[in-house]
Amino acid sequence: MMRVDRSFLVMALIFALLLAAPFVLPLVEQTYLLSLLIKAMLLAIAAISLDLLVGHGGMVSLGHAAFVAIGAYAAAIGLESGIENILALLVLAVLVSGLFALVTGALALRTSGVYFLMITLAFGQMAYFTLTSLAPYGGDDGLTLWSMATLFGSDVVQNGGQLYLVILLTLLASWWGVHRLSNARFGRVLRAARDNPGRTEIMGFSIFRYRLTAYVIAGMIAAVSGLLTMQHAEFVSPAMAAWQRSGDLLVIVVLGGLGTRNGALLGALFLVLVEEVLGSIFHEWRLLYGPLLVLMALHAKGGLSDLLFPAHGPETTDATRANGEQI
Amino acid sequence: MSLTLFLIQCLNGLQYGTLLFLIAAGLTLVFGVMGFINLAHGVQYMVGAYLVFAFQQLTGSFVAAVILSMAAALLLGLLLEHFVFRHLYGRDHLAQVLATFGIIIFLNELAKILFGPGTLTIEPPEFLAGSVQLTEQLRYPVYRFVTILAGLIVAVLLYITVTRTRVGMLIRAGATTPDMVSALGINVQKLFMIVFGVGAMLAGFAGVIAAPIFAIEPGMGDNILIIAFVVIIIGGVGSIRGAFLGALMVGLFDTVGRTLLIEGLEVVFPPSVSNQVGPALASMLVYILMAAVLVVRPQGLLPAKGAA
Amino acid sequence: MKARSKNTIANLATVLALNTALCSAALAEDIKIGMVVTLSGPPAALGQQIVDGFQLALDQNGGKLGGETVSLIVEDDELKPDVALLKAKSLVERDEVDFVVGTVFSNTLQAIFKPVIQSDTFLISPNAGPSTFAGKNCNPNFFVTSYQNNQNAEVSGLIANEMGFENVVIVVPNYQAGRDNVAGYKQTFKGTVVDEVFTPLGHQDFSSELAKISTSDADALFTFMPGGMGVRLVKQFEASGLDESIKFTSVFTTDETTLPGQQDAAVGFLSAGSWAPDMKTEANLAFVSAFEETYGYVPGSFAAQSYDTANLIASALEKTGGDMGDKDAMRAALEAADFNSVRGSFSFSNNHYPVQDFHLLEVAKREDGKFWTTAKKTIVTDYADSFHSECKM
Repeated sequence: MMRVDRSFLVMALIFALLLAAPFVLPLVEQTYLLSLLIKAMLLAIAAISLDLLVGHGGMVSLGHAAFVAIGAYAAAIGLESGIENILALLVLAVLVSGLFALVTGALALRTSGVYFLMITLAFGQMAYFTLTSLAPYGGDDGLTLWSMATLFGSDVVQNGGQLYLVILLTLLASWWGVHRLSNARFGRVLRAARDNPGRTEIMGFSIFRYRLTAYVIAGMIAAVSGLLTMQHAEFVSPAMAAWQRSGDLLVIVVLGGLGTRNGALLGALFLVLVEEVLGSIFHEWRLLYGPLLVLMALHAKGGLSDLLFPAHGPETTDATRANGEQI
Repeated sequence: MSLTLFLIQCLNGLQYGTLLFLIAAGLTLVFGVMGFINLAHGVQYMVGAYLVFAFQQLTGSFVAAVILSMAAALLLGLLLEHFVFRHLYGRDHLAQVLATFGIIIFLNELAKILFGPGTLTIEPPEFLAGSVQLTEQLRYPVYRFVTILAGLIVAVLLYITVTRTRVGMLIRAGATTPDMVSALGINVQKLFMIVFGVGAMLAGFAGVIAAPIFAIEPGMGDNILIIAFVVIIIGGVGSIRGAFLGALMVGLFDTVGRTLLIEGLEVVFPPSVSNQVGPALASMLVYILMAAVLVVRPQGLLPAKGAA
Repeated sequence: MKARSKNTIANLATVLALNTALCSAALAEDIKIGMVVTLSGPPAALGQQIVDGFQLALDQNGGKLGGETVSLIVEDDELKPDVALLKAKSLVERDEVDFVVGTVFSNTLQAIFKPVIQSDTFLISPNAGPSTFAGKNCNPNFFVTSYQNNQNAEVSGLIANEMGFENVVIVVPNYQAGRDNVAGYKQTFKGTVVDEVFTPLGHQDFSSELAKISTSDADALFTFMPGGMGVRLVKQFEASGLDESIKFTSVFTTDETTLPGQQDAAVGFLSAGSWAPDMKTEANLAFVSAFEETYGYVPGSFAAQSYDTANLIASALEKTGGDMGDKDAMRAALEAADFNSVRGSFSFSNNHYPVQDFHLLEVAKREDGKFWTTAKKTIVTDYADSFHSECKM
């Protein structure tokens, strides 16, 4: 049964605003804000995939940025080798990242809790140092891409075309996909494994297989974010895989509200806009930003989505619990 | 690698390891006893370094600066505990991560504003300024021997405290069965405050010790925090012995292992390849070590918690 | 500081969307210069020198360059390529600047290069000079006022030959600029490189590297360790006593940004560069004394290059009468480099990288207790980089 609650309305509102932005902003000469929105949307896609792991699976990963970077590099290297079709690059990025997720996930999932956090950090760092040693592709400096991917020769997927809408559509698709996945049996098993692993195992579910599948799916979605980041920035660099980037993604997910429908998106928009607004007010903006995070951690237990729309927070949790019980 | 070089590298590894231990000890206690992920532990190390710099400017005496810095580090730890951490003990790890991440951002920026973005240095005190001639060319500063000694003394003291005293017993009990400790009517709040204060002071002490060797700069605690986490994960969370073992392993791996690895690659591959692969692989060494340990022993080498 | 407050006000105005149209109308006649430099983290000192050097040139001319009123917008790239990209895009798209001046580091320059160039805006680098844009990827709208990254190392190799070093150990951080320096050094050095040691970026403890150096039988060390790494290496090198048997030569390791930390430990250490604060040209004497008076610290090459950048733009604006519509005329005016450089002789090669003299520099303590580098000897004159022949401009 699908219940229409306020989180759907919020979602619809955000998407409507994002959809309107490229038509409205040029009228008030604020096209620059579009770049900010693109940044937020790209972060949101990666954060949505991370939320599948953290929010629903209870697997706190500190190496998620590695998947974004691997997706971007796979596409960039493909592009440099003459593959121009974005769909071919998409397949390439998703496969390489998925393979990396499969191998590292199989090892990392032997652990749990903070040990899982640290082992994913370790794999992320290995990916980072590997990228910095890719001398033919710029090494530490990164790689400027001189020609960008096309959709069967059309520039619709480039900055000069409709890249904004392509990213928006991808965001919508990731949001919808993860939302469906988390409401399906797959998501219920994941949450049950998070809350009561022993019982879930006894009921005949292989926790390991469910978690590994989630890990690979999350890695693949993050790779799509990486591919689009490359297409937007026209540049890739190992800094995309730095552990601080993984930390940013984690902050977004926690800020937004773990395992909530709109948390990742709200968190990403909040982070990008707060940085921009505080940063433009005064140069030492981090003096405010740090305490703001502390206050959020202390007082906004359900994250932004709970703070802004308190009505729906407990509802989802109840629903989650109920779903968990149904298994 | 010649024997001389090998021995010098072992000494360097030992020195790095004892410094790592000072940082990791506080982290592992706070984590083990309270189940609290304190990302701000690294920034407390930085604060220690800035404090000793500031107090030396004020008093002109290194010894006085060290004592004042430790007191100030303890005070900062207790303040943070009172205003922030105390309210997060019962919460999930991610709220703790978010809050302590915010503290890192704040203190790094504050250090930059108060002391400038540049790198500061401080001289070791006169009576420790000498050096020991290791080889014909190479001298080893006495101060570095002192840091090794300080690390070992702290390790012994901590070990005795944890295994032989009442507080230590509570700490061990707290790390294993926290519910039971509070059920027995122990003032857990006070225990937590003590552990946290000691942890903060240890991090500050590590910063004080490191300041004359390394330079002082904003953000200096960020990377060492990650390595300290690697140490306690390898050793097993909550275990002082584990932290000591992990710190020495990481210290030796990063110095001796790095040299051996690069020399090994140079034998196997042509220079163009080994120069490219070697440094990247060397940077990964400690992470590979940690991943390997976790795959084989998911709870670390010497975990504090038993099979339960 | 002034630049910053301007930036703040400009940003605030746009973000709050207050009277946007009015603002742009009022500023329409100003020349807008956007600056993307690193102002946070340990390398912030380098970015700050660039801001200060540029601001000094502006202040000396009453906020004008070449007779045109200039509004300077300073952005912090945080040493993150993606942040640099966003800031550069905001400069060309939102502020519609006429020039972008940046960056400190090569990786952030790579990130901003394409969007700035494609928007048909002039990009002038006051420090980063990667080989990437010096050869076949050179661009008509891109200028470098500092040097090409390999050049200082090439000159260091020449210095080593001149001083008769036979065995040299090289220690550099493991990233592209580190590798460029190794390549540059090897290109000119005639002796033997007995060992190449790559350390992680931001390395803390060099004791392991020092042990290696001590057993290598080298008579000199060549290194490139900018910022805090350089402070630590120099202090630890001196404490280990290696300075008595092994000569310390470097680039960007013992300069005015690191000397306040290194102090006495670095005195007598050698380096290579195109500028030193004690150079006796008239323009330089005036620049250094004005800079110290205004900002209270000794300027480094970053400030000098940035000051030159401002004066280069001033010379071009004067020639063209501030007409930004005619890009070709502006380009030709920039190419002429008709300004009085603090470095003495200065011109652009066909790839828009500088042709200039390089010197042997030595660290010295001044009578007032401050530290600086002094130019001991000119090693090469009118030295162009080794990539310019691949450039088809």
